[in-house]
Amino acid sequence: MNSARHLAAYLAVQAKVLDPGPHSVLHSAAPQAGHIEWLYWFTFWILFAVFVLMIVAFTRASAKARVVASHPLPVIEKDEAGDRRAGWAVGTAIGITVIALFVILVVSVITGKRVEGLTSKNPVTIQITGHQWWWEVTYPNSQADQTVTTANEIHVPVGTPVVVLTNSKDVIHSFWAPSITGKRDLLPGYSSAFWFEIDKAGIYHGQCAEFCGLQHAHMGFSITAESVNEFEAWQQQQLKPAAEPSSSDAIRGREVFLTHTCLMCHTIRGTDAGSHLGPDLTHVASRKMIAAETLPNTAGALAGWVVDPQRIKPGTQMSPNPLAPDDLQAVVAYLQSLH
Amino acid sequence: MKHRSLPLVFLLGGIAVLGSCSRENRILRQPPPANDTLNTIQISGLNPGANLIPTPPNSNMYQESAYAVSEGQKLYEEYNCVGCHAHGGGGIGPPLMDRNWIYGSEPGNVFATIMQGRPNGMPSFRNRIPEYQAWEIAAYVRSMAGLLPKGVSPNRTDQMNIKPAESSTPEQVPTGITGVPGQPK
Repeated sequence: MNSARHLAAYLAVQAKVLDPGPHSVLHSAAPQAGHIEWLYWFTFWILFAVFVLMIVAFTRASAKARVVASHPLPVIEKDEAGDRRAGWAVGTAIGITVIALFVILVVSVITGKRVEGLTSKNPVTIQITGHQWWWEVTYPNSQADQTVTTANEIHVPVGTPVVVLTNSKDVIHSFWAPSITGKRDLLPGYSSAFWFEIDKAGIYHGQCAEFCGLQHAHMGFSITAESVNEFEAWQQQQLKPAAEPSSSDAIRGREVFLTHTCLMCHTIRGTDAGSHLGPDLTHVASRKMIAAETLPNTAGALAGWVVDPQRIKPGTQMSPNPLAPDDLQAVVAYLQSLH
Repeated sequence: MKHRSLPLVFLLGGIAVLGSCSRENRILRQPPPANDTLNTIQISGLNPGANLIPTPPNSNMYQESAYAVSEGQKLYEEYNCVGCHAHGGGGIGPPLMDRNWIYGSEPGNVFATIMQGRPNGMPSFRNRIPEYQAWEIAAYVRSMAGLLPKGVSPNRTDQMNIKPAESSTPEQVPTGITGVPGQPK
């Protein structure tokens, strides 16, 4: 009884491990990921059949093998009929292998073509730039004041093609959201483009898939797919300049932000801070996570990240900021007011 | 008998040699900034009476680390030092790859110049950048003038190659107010 319960608990844990939620090739939420998933299962079943055939043949062969205990070893007799049969068997196996591999190759190419092809006009365009170790996301517009800039949390409308322009600031990164589409490398000094489209509303997780230095593992992003109305509302919200701080703590926090090291790297639109080395913080409180999906966006995590980011992500470009406790409190209050 | 112990000697010797290999330690978690080193730094060679100029603090642990110097190289671009000093050749600001140092070439002098600013356009970065970054930039700036060992000077750049790498800059003897007046080689 007890062991049965243990087994059930074990299986439940295993099932959770096997289900990575919004980060899985096997949970496609987009037509492209659907093609890739189909290719995965197609290849899987062919290889599974090969595996079963191999095991069956191997088992039969070992069952038929004669155990010879006599010495000296028996003379090998010439058996022309047997050789001919063996020749046929080997030839057929080679033929089937070649055909199977060829079929897989052709199907892969077809899947690649399907994933590449852009099916619709009027896409949403997003520029994604890889940084060590975060993602800069802008929605380019010919008017500068209509350009949305954010970091790590990408919002897209459901059922609309999204064209992604890629680039990198420093080293090669790779954009990988397995529930949405395949991997795409972001190369420094080389602009490229790909597209995707999401069918189901939801939040999908992505990750850098090209080793890019110390904090490669802490370079995540999320894609929020929402209805067109919600997306437009989000965009309008992001276009606004930073909210004026109302509490005295937040007002003091803004002063600290603008008189310390913060403004050398970060932008808060509507204030004097306008540097583009780090993420745009104009609406930082509207994000769920900080530090490229490393920490939840809470007061404690923000404070820890501001004071000692090198403990959380050793090697990160963010410098430690040994602020006085009051100043730190104020800065965190200010950051949390930037909805 | 002697020959039998020879392989053992070689083995132990080899292990000892391998053990002496050390990888450079990157300083990722910075020590807290030192107390007011800035105000002890002499910025002018003018001095009443006999030569009483105390030597500026010369200890810059960052200039012993190739990683820190390359961080300095990156920050030199990012904080727009290039805007005035270009890639060492100067322009709006004085060149940094020659041997003439208006405000001194010692690590402390360069650090003080960055933090305090100087007349005719050099802005002060005090309270704008963390002290350790100023030390990293100071280390990189000295590497441009060939004042750092080749082992720590950057030998590549993320930008277009417009001048030879810092690691191939010939070593120089600086001249300047607090520098040692030297003879050209």
